[in-house]
Amino acid sequence: MAKGRVSVVVERCKACGFCVEFCPTKVLALSSAFNSKGYHPPHVVHPEKCSGCDLCGMYCPDFAIFATKIAPGSGGDK
Amino acid sequence: MPDSLIPASLIDDAVNPVEPFLRSDRMPSIWCPGCGIGTTVNSFARALIESKIDLHSLALVSGIGCTGRVAGYVKLDSFHTTHGRAIPFATGLKLANPKLNVIVYSGDGDLSAIGGNHLIHAARRNLDLKVICVNNLIYAMTGGQTAPTTPDHSTTSTNPYGVFEPAFNLPHLVEAAGAVYVARWTTFHVRQLTRSISEAFQKKGFSFIEVISPCPTLYQRRNKLGDGLDAMKYYKEKSKVRHGAPTSEVGLTMTGEIIVGKFVDRDRPDYQTMMRSQYAESLGERFVEQTEMVCS
Amino acid sequence: MKADPRGVLTGIHFMDGDHACCEGALAAGSRFAAGYPITPSTEVVERFASRVPTVGGTFIQMEDELAASITLQGAVWGGAKAFTVTSGPGFSLMMEHIGYAAMTETPCVFVDVQRGGPSTGLPTLPAQADMMQARWGSHGDYEIIALCPNSPQECFDLTIKAFNLAEEFRVPVMFMMDECVGHMTEKVVIPPADQIEVVPRRHTHQPVDEYLPYETNGNLVPEMAHAGEGYNFHVTGLTHDERGYPNMTVPVQDKLVRRLQNKILQAADRLAMFEEQQLEGADVVVVSYGITSRVAQRAIEAARKQGLRVGKLRLITAWPFPDKKIRELAANVKAFVVPELNLGQMVREVERAAAGQAKTFAVSHAGGGVHNPEDILKVIVEASRCQTA
Repeated sequence: MAKGRVSVVVERCKACGFCVEFCPTKVLALSSAFNSKGYHPPHVVHPEKCSGCDLCGMYCPDFAIFATKIAPGSGGDK
Repeated sequence: MPDSLIPASLIDDAVNPVEPFLRSDRMPSIWCPGCGIGTTVNSFARALIESKIDLHSLALVSGIGCTGRVAGYVKLDSFHTTHGRAIPFATGLKLANPKLNVIVYSGDGDLSAIGGNHLIHAARRNLDLKVICVNNLIYAMTGGQTAPTTPDHSTTSTNPYGVFEPAFNLPHLVEAAGAVYVARWTTFHVRQLTRSISEAFQKKGFSFIEVISPCPTLYQRRNKLGDGLDAMKYYKEKSKVRHGAPTSEVGLTMTGEIIVGKFVDRDRPDYQTMMRSQYAESLGERFVEQTEMVCS
Repeated sequence: MKADPRGVLTGIHFMDGDHACCEGALAAGSRFAAGYPITPSTEVVERFASRVPTVGGTFIQMEDELAASITLQGAVWGGAKAFTVTSGPGFSLMMEHIGYAAMTETPCVFVDVQRGGPSTGLPTLPAQADMMQARWGSHGDYEIIALCPNSPQECFDLTIKAFNLAEEFRVPVMFMMDECVGHMTEKVVIPPADQIEVVPRRHTHQPVDEYLPYETNGNLVPEMAHAGEGYNFHVTGLTHDERGYPNMTVPVQDKLVRRLQNKILQAADRLAMFEEQQLEGADVVVVSYGITSRVAQRAIEAARKQGLRVGKLRLITAWPFPDKKIRELAANVKAFVVPELNLGQMVREVERAAAGQAKTFAVSHAGGGVHNPEDILKVIVEASRCQTA
């Protein structure tokens, strides 16, 4: 049961890889999709491991990703 | 329910906590992929949130260079001034309106080369300014020329055969000049940086926070040090936290140890306090304290 | 708006131009100066340093002119009316920031008490050789306003005018004194505050979410906000649009730079201030400014005694140059005689504006002293004898 959820602002991402590297639970990987500038934004590969710590958000130089904690017992992830 | 916990049903309306501090209409930024400046802005914005500082009291001043562009991306009263002169401009702002919390956000070349004179005098005067110096060890915006902070033997566009000048040790310089708060972090140390910035907001006097940051396009590439992520991994591996370390010992090399931490945290009266007390002592009743200068 | 009486030293004084300039700044409402010492201007800020803690304001001596010229601009954006004072070598150092003030539309006053140049030149002796520099000294296309006092009284009165024009047009105003006028001691009458008009900051009344820092709504001068009021505006020296954001494209550059120019040029006729004497029916008009205008007066009177029909046009506004006045005169006179303490600067403007309709004679002097009236008289006589164009 995920404690957090990641949001990605795809068009801002420049695929620097900081979020992928520094996520403590390795939730993320760069996807094979492209944004309009040709970068591969990250996507969530292990959503259940997200704690909502928002380290990805703190590291992102482009404000392109952040995580929010999900309140327990509010219906869980979809 | 605490603010940071959002019910799942509202997750899709979730907003980046730092979004209110950004000029969203100007994103994405011009900074290169893997550049660390945006990360420092992230830490800065979180310090604004954590310290609960009155946002209306803030003014941010930058100079010229990649870091200088920060002023254009933050949603505050922000001033993108001339090369090297962010500190004197900030001085004028602060003296005209002492209630302002004035932040100077600029790069290593801007602050220590062309702006070096202003840096040391502001520290000497102990003006109540918070200086965030993003040090990417190079003049990035103009294409990768040598900066006073570029480590020995690095290759740059104006030292194509290798830098042979010794580099400034910025914490040492500003401590000697009189700064009351001196810290250094890297863009890897996002939480510590936020904390230092918050501490600087509480401090009265000249505060200087150096942040080592990658320049993947120029410094990293020309010196075959990989990309921004490689720099971040180097910071993680080779940084050593030494709070209170003597600043004379924290000089940087191209691939060596990076000493980080809070080096100086001392107290002495700031410029405006000293000014007021001198005038009060000399002039007695004739001294008229400067009130709001706002003229309209 | 009337002047704040706390800054007005009402009374009859015997003071020099430098000191009168300082009093003018205080009367205009200036409560901030940043300076750096340089002869012969230092007394202006020395007096300000002494006066302002008893009036309620700040003076800071910065580490160099590069700093002083931008510290004052920070103070302006913090809410103050601010100025600095310098002479030739410092003026040169300030050029980048004069351009920054023009580009960001920061209202402020730069006082240049001119001395002999170039370079270190003659620190304690007069010249008028920075006149072109006042107009063209910084890079790029921009316009400024420049005023020339010729007495300590005018150093007081016109400093107030300089601040008022700066606020009205949101432009840096160059106050072009010279060492003679600066160090000459004369009677200066400072009226009561309620007889002094000051122009307030052109501050916006727009709500925060509608305000755009460089939107002019069809006018030429935008409204200003100050730091700390919640407007969250951005100011940059880069080419910018109405939002204040960098927008480095050809159309935005064209629109911005032309507006910066037009806001001054379209008001040029209104801005033109001069003193005229016996221009009707004159054969020769002597065009002068600053200390030279006082020496020229002697020469003009001597010429009239000889029966020559000589008019006088004393420039108070040097920039924007009063083209229209010169053009009108050129249609009716034989010649202009332009004495200056330089090797020919404003005379070029006279010649340009005259457009060949009248002859132009320079009476140059390399500086270090003032003209002998006889030297000016000689040229007036020569000009009177010249063949009509």
